[in-house]
Amino acid sequence: MSGKEEVLSRQISVKSKVRVQMPRKLRGILLGSAIPAVLLVVWQYLSHIGVFESHLMPAPTAVFDKLAEMVNDGSLYGHVGITLYRIFFGFVIGVSAAVVLGALVGYAKTAEHLLDPLIQAFRAIPSLAWVPLFILWMGIAEPSKITLIAVGVFFPVYLNIVSGIQGVDRKLIEVGKIYNFSDFELIKRIILPASLPSFLVGIRSGLGLGWMFVVAAELMGASKGVGYLLVVGQNTYSPDLVIASIVLIAILGKTSDSLLKKLEDRALHWQDSIGKKA
Amino acid sequence: MKMLALENISRTFANGSAGFKNVSLEAEKGEVIGVLGTSGCGKSTLLRVLSGLDQEYTGHVKVNGNAIKSVHKDIGIIFQEPRLMPWLTALENIAFGLKGAAKKQKQAEEFTNLVGLAGFEGHYPKDLSGGMAQRVSIARSLITKPEILLLDEPFSALDAFTKMQLQDLLLSIWKQYQTTMVLVTHDIDEALYLCDRIIILRGQPGEVYKELTVQQPRPRSRGDAELARQKEEILSFLNLNKTSQEDHYEKSNTPAK
Ligand SMILES: Nc1ncnc2c1ncn2[C@@H]1O[C@H](COP(=O)(O)OP(=O)(O)OP(=O)(O)O)[C@@H](O)[C@H]1O
Ligand SMILES: [Mg+2]
Repeated sequence: MSGKEEVLSRQISVKSKVRVQMPRKLRGILLGSAIPAVLLVVWQYLSHIGVFESHLMPAPTAVFDKLAEMVNDGSLYGHVGITLYRIFFGFVIGVSAAVVLGALVGYAKTAEHLLDPLIQAFRAIPSLAWVPLFILWMGIAEPSKITLIAVGVFFPVYLNIVSGIQGVDRKLIEVGKIYNFSDFELIKRIILPASLPSFLVGIRSGLGLGWMFVVAAELMGASKGVGYLLVVGQNTYSPDLVIASIVLIAILGKTSDSLLKKLEDRALHWQDSIGKKA
Repeated sequence: MKMLALENISRTFANGSAGFKNVSLEAEKGEVIGVLGTSGCGKSTLLRVLSGLDQEYTGHVKVNGNAIKSVHKDIGIIFQEPRLMPWLTALENIAFGLKGAAKKQKQAEEFTNLVGLAGFEGHYPKDLSGGMAQRVSIARSLITKPEILLLDEPFSALDAFTKMQLQDLLLSIWKQYQTTMVLVTHDIDEALYLCDRIIILRGQPGEVYKELTVQQPRPRSRGDAELARQKEEILSFLNLNKTSQEDHYEKSNTPAK
């Protein structure tokens, strides 16, 4: 009798194991999209029965139709393209400047005393406050927008690099010193890899801010771009266009962040932390 | 000429109330010297001075008769913690101190085998046990073929069994390379099992209080009666002549037998 029970319980445990193991990735995706899916259905239903008025809050299908329309007439690519172009260059410039200054300030005490107070003071200024100045200096075309994005990206990356470098375990640096490493070798073989995790955190939050500032820049004066679509939607009383643009930004932002996340996972596979499966 | 000679070295902190002072010591090639002492008497500081990591000392450190004042390629150190680079595999960690790519791989593999880690070359530190990580760190310091190896309580964080295994590993390495070693430890048994000579530091700042020789030929038996007698002697040195304040101090710091 007890033998029978044992067999039974074993079967159950095998079953549950298989269920947990097999679709790990799929399960993640399903779980992650469960709530959005429910919300979409509710939204659609509420629009359908008229709780949401369509001239204020169009149904998901209407938003989707709008997106499809823009895809079909080809206008979407131009807008997305120019936005991606701006964020790409703003991001690259912001990150490069942050890497150079952050490495300097993090590694050299003198540079820290010289530069860090100034940079911290600039950080206290909300980046949007620069907009008028940038427009006066560089006009309303691309350079002022890209500069604004670069400024927004710069600070989180800079802060994370500095704290990453300053947080490198002195004990690991001593190992390098024992082998008589030059400053350059110390940086390349110990400090950079050891501060990589916090650098990548900085890059991801920098990219998030980049999206914020690209939209801000395009809201304030552009003739093309996803942010410009928002303005058009507002001026032509078409909430479907506004919501479609927001959805677009969400998709683009999420996609670019996932790419960085993937890069991060690949670069940091050696890390021992929760959230990483064995 | 002596392999290693310390001439009247002092390194103190906090207005001379911590660190160590007036330490003189000579070691022949292949000699294993143990440094025993209560917590805080400057043993780690002494090794940092010898390794060249701490250069603010007075006195002279001589290797083969030449005074040195900075890190030296003939001196290697094994820290209390493994201090592995978490982003490198075991093999890459072992090769960390080698310059030049030529033969790097082959040498690293050779030392991986030497410390008994064949099959774990590709593991990252997070996937190694404490004993394995310490083996990697031993191999990393040996691969540059130092003539003098400094060890700062290298096995103190390990369980008794792993500890004995690594002590024997150290002896086999010593046999093969005739490395001169300075071994700081809290463990009297370990000192008696491994060392030719034992220096006892006492005080704040620490000074050489006694020096004794262990005559027993290697390999020694861990239960040897003569070693047990010397252990008694060392214990009495560590406890002798104490002021009441030290009494209190040592009760809480002498390692339990
Ligand atoms: N950089 C430093 N600055 C100031 N004081 C220091 C410094 N390094 C060590 N000390 C002091 O010197 C004394 C000796 O330290 P050390 O680490 O050498 O002791 P130890 O003998 O190795 O002790 P333990 O057996 O606990 O490892 C301690 O009181 C410590 O506080
Ligand atoms: Mg110590």
